[in-house]
Amino acid sequence: MGSVAVTEMKTMLTLPGDAVRQIQWRYADRFDLQMLVQSARAVARGTVARLVAAGERNTHEWTPAKGEMLEAFDRSGVTAAFMEPEEGGFIAGPKNLALALSAFELAWVDGGAATASLASFLALSPIHERGTQQQVTRYKTLAAPPQPGEDRKPWRGAFALTEPIPYVGVDTGMLNGKVRVAEWKDGEEPWLQIDKRGRFITNIAFANFVTAAVGSDDPRIKGSCVVILEEGDEGTFDRGTPTKKLVHQLSSTGDPIFSLKVPAHRIVGGYTVKDGVIVPNFNHGEVLEAVFRRTRVPVGLMTAAKLLSAVEPVIRYQRERFRGAEGSKPGSVRYEQGIQQREDALHRLVDVWATGEAAASLGFAAARLFDELDPLEKQKNAILKERGVQGGRAAIKALKESEQRAIELLSLREGDPRRAPLEADPLVDFVLKDAEANVICPATKLWNTGHGANMMREAVSLMGGYGITEDCPGFLANKWMDAQLEATYEGPEAVQRRQLTVTMTSEVFLAQFCAWTAEMRRIASDRPGTGACTLASAMHLWLWTLNYLKKATDPGGNKLYHGQRQGVTFALADALCWLLASRCQILDVLELEARGPDDPVASEGLAGTVQFLSDLCHAQAAQAAGEASRICGELVFGYSPHPSWQDEAHRGCFLLSELEEYEETMPGISAFAVDVLAADGSHPLKAGPCASCVGNSEFLRLQNKLTTCLSGARLAKDRAAETVSKVMIPAALDYPA
Amino acid sequence: MANAVHIVVCAGIVPDPLQTLEPITGPNGPGLKNEMVLPAVLDPWAASALYEAANLAAKNPGSKVWLVSLGPKAKLQQVMMTAAQKVPFELVPIDGPIGGFPDAHSTAAVLAESIAALPGLDRDRLLLFGGWESATRGAGVTLQLVGERLGITDQFYGVDQIDLRDDGSFEVLERVEGGKHQVSVCAGTPAVLGWATGNLAEPRNNPQTGMANMRTIMPALQKARPATLAPNGLRYVSVSLPKQQRTTRVVKDLTPDEIAAELVEWIGAE
Repeated sequence: MGSVAVTEMKTMLTLPGDAVRQIQWRYADRFDLQMLVQSARAVARGTVARLVAAGERNTHEWTPAKGEMLEAFDRSGVTAAFMEPEEGGFIAGPKNLALALSAFELAWVDGGAATASLASFLALSPIHERGTQQQVTRYKTLAAPPQPGEDRKPWRGAFALTEPIPYVGVDTGMLNGKVRVAEWKDGEEPWLQIDKRGRFITNIAFANFVTAAVGSDDPRIKGSCVVILEEGDEGTFDRGTPTKKLVHQLSSTGDPIFSLKVPAHRIVGGYTVKDGVIVPNFNHGEVLEAVFRRTRVPVGLMTAAKLLSAVEPVIRYQRERFRGAEGSKPGSVRYEQGIQQREDALHRLVDVWATGEAAASLGFAAARLFDELDPLEKQKNAILKERGVQGGRAAIKALKESEQRAIELLSLREGDPRRAPLEADPLVDFVLKDAEANVICPATKLWNTGHGANMMREAVSLMGGYGITEDCPGFLANKWMDAQLEATYEGPEAVQRRQLTVTMTSEVFLAQFCAWTAEMRRIASDRPGTGACTLASAMHLWLWTLNYLKKATDPGGNKLYHGQRQGVTFALADALCWLLASRCQILDVLELEARGPDDPVASEGLAGTVQFLSDLCHAQAAQAAGEASRICGELVFGYSPHPSWQDEAHRGCFLLSELEEYEETMPGISAFAVDVLAADGSHPLKAGPCASCVGNSEFLRLQNKLTTCLSGARLAKDRAAETVSKVMIPAALDYPA
Repeated sequence: MANAVHIVVCAGIVPDPLQTLEPITGPNGPGLKNEMVLPAVLDPWAASALYEAANLAAKNPGSKVWLVSLGPKAKLQQVMMTAAQKVPFELVPIDGPIGGFPDAHSTAAVLAESIAALPGLDRDRLLLFGGWESATRGAGVTLQLVGERLGITDQFYGVDQIDLRDDGSFEVLERVEGGKHQVSVCAGTPAVLGWATGNLAEPRNNPQTGMANMRTIMPALQKARPATLAPNGLRYVSVSLPKQQRTTRVVKDLTPDEIAAELVEWIGAE
């Protein structure tokens, strides 16, 4: 008689604490970041939570109470997190992970507070990335919080890009700000006249300076640039009216009007004069590219924080739902477990939790990647400069060889002696990380916020009618609506999808994607419970579909994978995001499993925590695989017309009389024939004969494999649900509601 | 430098009070369920002592503050991520067990031994600070025992204020019954001060202070001396959380005077 070995199930003891997160998100050895987290958390769950609970979100105007939040940022080091130590900060080196962690903590309570903190960094970012040394020193020093003994208010910044005035027919892709030469005396610095109207500009109610993108309206100025405007400049610095946002009311947003005269040295990155023309060293696109790649990641993490912050209030609500009712006596199942008696309530919370985990893993992976990329990019620029390579196109050309070397590196097995020189090549390292960053950044912004907003709705629904009230613990309804803005600002979903359609087809990225697929298979062989196998099958299917679509055409002969064909490209980008998030989630759990035993705090009950987080991975991988399978299936088959009874396709159908004849020699054949025509030509009542899979049988094989790879996913979800029903939560939420 | 003092603050760590605290009995005696995993904070009364110490040190140039803390060093490290941002100090970690149930005599012996061994400590100028109460079991005697072991006989408890005078003497306000303070004047250091809440607000986190503290805290944690605490025959028969008391009556139309009278009566009966 066979028997099944039942392994002892470990249960997670408490909600994952700091020790677990520090390992998962890779800052266990960074006490500067750990302190920033604690600091931002204290502001979020203190000052910010009190503002929200007191109803400060109910006004669009900037109020003194909201202003206190900025002072709390200054006092707690949140503002200084962007600065170098010599500028008044306390974190040396790249700060993408630092800002991501800070935004995550603030958004745990309120997205507007996180946005307010990020907006000042956004204003400084063009200066930080492309500014001259004088600009960097001046504005970062002014924006740094006062040091002990200093009596000054730090400057706040706003960033004004290309938003048009609504309903006046302005193309959002065009700059609506203009720069002209106001005055240019011989031998002196030129003065510029800036005219710009902004829309939805964050921090504008109190900004002391604005970094504004403008296009030339003067033949004596070439192209476009970003300029720095100060509130004391000559002319009009009108902050405009506050935007009547329904979300993020703890951040200031308005529609300013600027008509200012500024010296030319305010052009970010400086300028040169060639043949009597002012040539900015960086056009506005070059400045913005460097900025947005980095600043979009924290936004994605803000939505991740909302999802994870919903877990504790929902569990508490579910468990205590019936307490106090007449029929619910202490000790009864109804009293102790409340709604958690029901599988549906637990499963839906598992879905919310798993999404939050995946979103956080994806976002923090992106933030860490940019921390690695920042110094590499500087190194790359130095190498290219040394080689005499100048300009964007020349640089792209120069890196072609490095791209091929990167692809070669990915194809070599571990231990191959040819790996060493390739791994030591900084340009190879750069192109690998750059290709990954070009995908993972928009993926974070798109998937975390878009799908995250959907899942926040689910979280709100788990609180019943309570969820949609101001009294809801954890401010879940606010967070749901806030997520919608996060999906929109700093580049809406369509912009992220557009970027992905370009970057996800890069040769270097796809080579990495193949390597990641193999990596997931390897992980699956050791850790089948993580869903890595499911994910690998889905990744394989996605890649097959991409390659197919790149060659396929529709019945009209038009290419399917084409920039204008967003029904194809955008959908495939969406599918990729699911897969990337799931991969990062699995890798984070493996990191915890590997490093957790060395940490005395995380190691307590580690097996249960790893088991639970692995089950969440499995549930999420199954969902990601399902999404990818659905999207890919639609794309592969959806552009072929369904056969009809009128066209040639039905000629392949059996006639009833033929079948009767064949049945004599091949008994049972009738059972396999689905499209049979009667002698009078009548046919089954459906659209037409079933579509042929000729040419796509490989897709069906992969999809079939993927489907069978879902084995165990629901068992994992059941296990996770069981843990959710038992895990110990704090006695009370640690911020007021 | 005339009034420069050396302040040693004894402060333990306790579970964050918002957590679910469920007593259990393990192989080593009573404890709290999942205590090692629960987020911890500096014991609130001892934290007040630390802030008062830093304030006193700042007002008296040449002074120095040490924070002596006994607990699992990994938990201490986590608590330091917040505590170190509050005020400047030098951490003296002792790697020991977590929880509020070890024997107070054993704990006091380890603490006193560590304090006595502090390099650079001038025991004639020593002010030994700690909490008057504790958010854990709170034996209420540990600080006294440490003082006794260090030979310090001037001890004050329930302290809310200390004023250091130019001649080296100091005035102390101790809480007494009826919401009043007892005023004492002590000729000079050394002395033990078990703090109530003091008068200072909790300082805000300042990562720059934290970074400065961390330069000494991290190496100290790595070298933290392990300590085992002998039970000395201590045995707990039972432990339980304080019972939450709530007796609610819905009463309408009472005048403020009637409400006040009832409150006074209730307080008197407690």
